[in-house]
Amino acid sequence: MTIGAPVRRQGPRGEGSILGISRPERRASSLPRADVPGATLPSDAIRATPPRLPEVAERDLVRHYTRLSQMNFGVDTGIYPLGSCTMKYNPKVAETVAGAPGFQRLHPLQPDNTVQGALELLWRLEGALCEITGMARATLQPPAGACGELTGLLLMRAYHQAGGGGPRRRVVIPDSAHGTNPASVRMGGYEAVSVPSDPRGLVDVGELRKIVDEEVAGLMLTNPNTLGLFEEEIQDITSIVHDAGGLVYYDGANLNAILGRCRPGDMGFDIVHINTHKTFATPHGGGGPGAGPVGVREELVPFLPAPTVEKDGTSGAFYLDHDRPRSIGRVHGFNGNFGVLVRAYAYVFGHGADGLKHVAEHAVLNANYLAELLRGVYPLAYSEPPMHEFVATARPLKERHGVRAMDVAKRLIDLGYHPPTVYFPLVVDEAMMVEPTETETKESLEAFAAALRQAAGEAESDPALLREAPTSTPVRRLDEARAARSLRLRW
Amino acid sequence: MRFAPHTNDDVAQMLSRLGFGSLDRLFDQIPESVRLERPLALPDGVSELELVEDLRTLATRNRSADDLVCFAGGGAYDHYVPAVVWALAGRSEFYTSYTPYQPELSQGVLQALFEYQSMVCELTALDVSNASLYDGATALVEAVNLARAATGRGRVLVSETVDPRYLATLRTYGLGAGYEPETFPAPEGRGGAPAVAEDVGCVIVQHPNAYGILEPARELFATARAGGARAIQVFDPLSLGVLAPPGDLGADVAVAEGQVLGNHLSFGGPYLGVIAARMEDVRRMPGRIVGETVDVDGRTGYVLTLQAREQHIRRETAVSNICTNQTLMAIAAAVYLAWLGPEGLAELGRLCSAKAAYAAERLADLPGVDLRYPDAPFFKEFALRLPLPAAEVRRALADRGYLAGVPVGDLLVVAVTERRTRSQIDGLVEAMAGVLG
Repeated sequence: MTIGAPVRRQGPRGEGSILGISRPERRASSLPRADVPGATLPSDAIRATPPRLPEVAERDLVRHYTRLSQMNFGVDTGIYPLGSCTMKYNPKVAETVAGAPGFQRLHPLQPDNTVQGALELLWRLEGALCEITGMARATLQPPAGACGELTGLLLMRAYHQAGGGGPRRRVVIPDSAHGTNPASVRMGGYEAVSVPSDPRGLVDVGELRKIVDEEVAGLMLTNPNTLGLFEEEIQDITSIVHDAGGLVYYDGANLNAILGRCRPGDMGFDIVHINTHKTFATPHGGGGPGAGPVGVREELVPFLPAPTVEKDGTSGAFYLDHDRPRSIGRVHGFNGNFGVLVRAYAYVFGHGADGLKHVAEHAVLNANYLAELLRGVYPLAYSEPPMHEFVATARPLKERHGVRAMDVAKRLIDLGYHPPTVYFPLVVDEAMMVEPTETETKESLEAFAAALRQAAGEAESDPALLREAPTSTPVRRLDEARAARSLRLRW
Repeated sequence: MRFAPHTNDDVAQMLSRLGFGSLDRLFDQIPESVRLERPLALPDGVSELELVEDLRTLATRNRSADDLVCFAGGGAYDHYVPAVVWALAGRSEFYTSYTPYQPELSQGVLQALFEYQSMVCELTALDVSNASLYDGATALVEAVNLARAATGRGRVLVSETVDPRYLATLRTYGLGAGYEPETFPAPEGRGGAPAVAEDVGCVIVQHPNAYGILEPARELFATARAGGARAIQVFDPLSLGVLAPPGDLGADVAVAEGQVLGNHLSFGGPYLGVIAARMEDVRRMPGRIVGETVDVDGRTGYVLTLQAREQHIRRETAVSNICTNQTLMAIAAAVYLAWLGPEGLAELGRLCSAKAAYAAERLADLPGVDLRYPDAPFFKEFALRLPLPAAEVRRALADRGYLAGVPVGDLLVVAVTERRTRSQIDGLVEAMAGVLG
């Protein structure tokens, strides 16, 4: 059975280094002739030997990177169900509008009166994000989710210090949390304390009550949580933290599940970050760029990073407000990933109120439908009904046939699919975390489920097929231990 | 605009398989008390055509660098982006993929990043780079974290000639990391004598600096290293065809704003943070690093490596929290550097420096206008002292069709790239004369 699979048996079987096609004095670039006299730089400042950059013709350059692109799988290639990453379709129109010279050719330090359209776009987007999350104001500066987290933690510090006390010492995170949470906590100057999940996969509220005291600056939580489950006791959770004077931070990794159905602000969250590259379909770019806007409740507005975008009440003109004495300062060199924010604007306003709600409904429908199609073969790690993603386990295959989640993932590649996230969250044995997103068709979900079921069947009948997979890709399983032992990080 | 493809019939069949009567049933776990019982207060969705019109209207309310002649710099520069860069980096197999967690399906991004890392090492004459950071300012933050961890010393000394936005960004992140950056004076716009005591973890010098001036970087870095601190250089990647690279100057860590490497101005982002360091610090490098290895058949391939540094493995003891980075911009940078080649890079540097020298000479000839540091050598930017406030002059020049530069304090810092022609420079001089009347 062949399903989808544009990446396999197509495209090059490996591609040599671009240095391999480099020839002295060959060159792709052309530059204007000098129309002014040459300048002299001090001799001790001059470079002695040129860098060893490739010397190639433009045609060779194009073929090289075209071949590399053909050795890569993207959302445009096929279903990309990485749990916690929300790899949905990236609308082409967003690329078109972001490429307009009126956006793409703006210098970040132009006078405000020459960038009124850009500032209005940011102002409108901020307003929409605040409405979606139930927050008062937001900063659009953070260039990614992890930076948004750290921004939120610095806001927490500023809030507690402004209250007259110290910044407090600890921040609580669930044991299922993404690794960026504890890492951000430490960079924010806090100690991370883990709260365990209960047998249902939800925050153990009794344990949380024991942990939270007046040294706890706040709690970081996703909802739906990292296991794809909605924290039903969310109001108790936020109250426990608030009663001890702490703040509650919403990690927006899973916002896609609740758009238009409920809002972090209404659940009691004080600070929210959004991953535009997840929820609002800005392309993931092979690992970035993203954007991680952070919204806050009214009490936290004075601490937001400077500058903010403001609208003059009288003239209606937009301006960047640098005069924010209580601000934590800048978290990005300029105005954040503006080009990404233009794409997020296109997504948010293209969909509108009705379309965003539709997105959440279909994302949750697709995850539930796919989980149902896999029932009996890949059991859910928790029995609660999932939201936009679910965590299944390959434990039965391991126990019966010695086949692991990684083997299933690699076999899926040979069947033409990008595998789900495996071995995360860490609290689930042989975890397979699946997030199909709302942009997959029913047929695509069924074909993907059939491939997963086929792999499970093969685990019994021909386990070597899984353990030796993939065989159809430009390279097969790579020796990661060797990569880390004998470091080759450059040519 | 909608991209969820189900027909009503699809939805009915799927719900039926789930045993649910309606879509609402999927949200039963959400307690009633927190449900949003009204539509979001946003306009309803629009067609693609209407959306394009809305954004076109917003875009036309800006005056871009196609409209205003751009002499603005300050960390973002109007260099030409050749067509080939985004024809390749814009291929959707690259831009619609994510972090290469499955290397067999991601050799394209991985190899492109390996080539990017290699070119950064070649440019900087340092040993190791990574798959990119967010931007120049946050790359400096990461370099400081690296230096403080490597030395076990907390204080951070920064030349007062470092870009003020970089300093402001350091101040913000220092709130969490527990340091406050301390500036040291640079008499005549360069140099200075950082007091590298035993508790100083790093000394930061920008070369060329925020005024475009070449620093006595060798001496400053020697002082830093003699005192046991890490020497950190903020550099301009496009200066390195003509200027000596950070590794040769004695820098331990070099960071840069990578926007100039084939990325559009885009009102400040997405850009990319470039970082390079010496091998002794490889295990303290932040972010993704691509390494070369072999597959089970002995074929060369690429993987993310040294992941034991990273947040998804080490959690709170990771060297950084960075996860999503600026990979696509790094791929663009690799294409751009391969397009330039070593000779193109040198020629570009010579063009910028010659045009900047010409502009500086002509502008400083205007009555009341002086080069603030007339004896200091500069690369592609220079600082002017004006008879009127810099911000005011800049606004007036925008009305005459010029983005004249960036105010730094009461100075106007003017940047000149290879795109600026002699007649555009002459035009700026004339317009400035008119404004200063």
